[in-house]
Amino acid sequence: MIAETVFNQGFEVEGGDFVRGGEASCRILEILKELAFPPSIVRRAGIAAYEAEMNIVMYADDGGLELTVTPDRIVIVVADRGQGIPDIELAMRDGYSTATDEIREMGFGAGMGLPNIKKNSDEMKISSTLGEGTRVEIVIKANHGEVRCEDSRPCAES
Amino acid sequence: MRLKDIIEAVEVEVLAGAQCLPDREVVTVSACDLMSDVLAFAKPGILLVTGLTNAQIIRTAQIADLSGIIVVRGKRPNAETIELAEKMHIPLLSTSMHMFELCSELAKIGLAGTHTE
Repeated sequence: MIAETVFNQGFEVEGGDFVRGGEASCRILEILKELAFPPSIVRRAGIAAYEAEMNIVMYADDGGLELTVTPDRIVIVVADRGQGIPDIELAMRDGYSTATDEIREMGFGAGMGLPNIKKNSDEMKISSTLGEGTRVEIVIKANHGEVRCEDSRPCAES
Repeated sequence: MRLKDIIEAVEVEVLAGAQCLPDREVVTVSACDLMSDVLAFAKPGILLVTGLTNAQIIRTAQIADLSGIIVVRGKRPNAETIELAEKMHIPLLSTSMHMFELCSELAKIGLAGTHTE
């Protein structure tokens, strides 16, 4: 699909940084609000991005999120360098988790992250290579036709 | 119900976000220590009652559009978490009450729990 990109920005995420974890998703949330997406769309994108970002924080060495907005969709690609997922089908199962006690003490690691991402996405693609890393592509269909590119420029650069 | 009215009726200390209290509307209450659960049933206007004190409660509040957070059992989030709440305009409150006791008090003043559709 060839579509005009309205907005594109990448965000770096550090593995193990539980204090700053979520910062990138909060930025994405703000950007989507500034681009005037409806609150329900912003919430879905924010939740999916946040769960994916916390997966980097919890399980990977480092990684990043890339937000791309086109006139008809929001795409968030979350890629990390890390251990990878041995069995994606198993990892997608509600309640399945390999989280440590430290992660569980933070209120995560209950095996709900990937199912939560799927629930909030219109399309979700996940691929992983053991010992290399994991890539999750989140697509949320949203008509962005009514927002003009120039309007979003000042926000995008702030 | 406004968050401001709740803090007048229930004994809580305001740690951050005091300026947001008057216009913050609470629709329902959720008592939860699992942030993924909060994210799973997220809808606007939830007041979160939790025993957690880390920075992720603030991030979750921002992402899930919560009205505010009450930390139970007299626990105090560290300075970093309080500062983050202030920066993100998230009302962060603390009470010496335990979770069930606080929830009973909130129910007495007419607040209801969050339901999954």
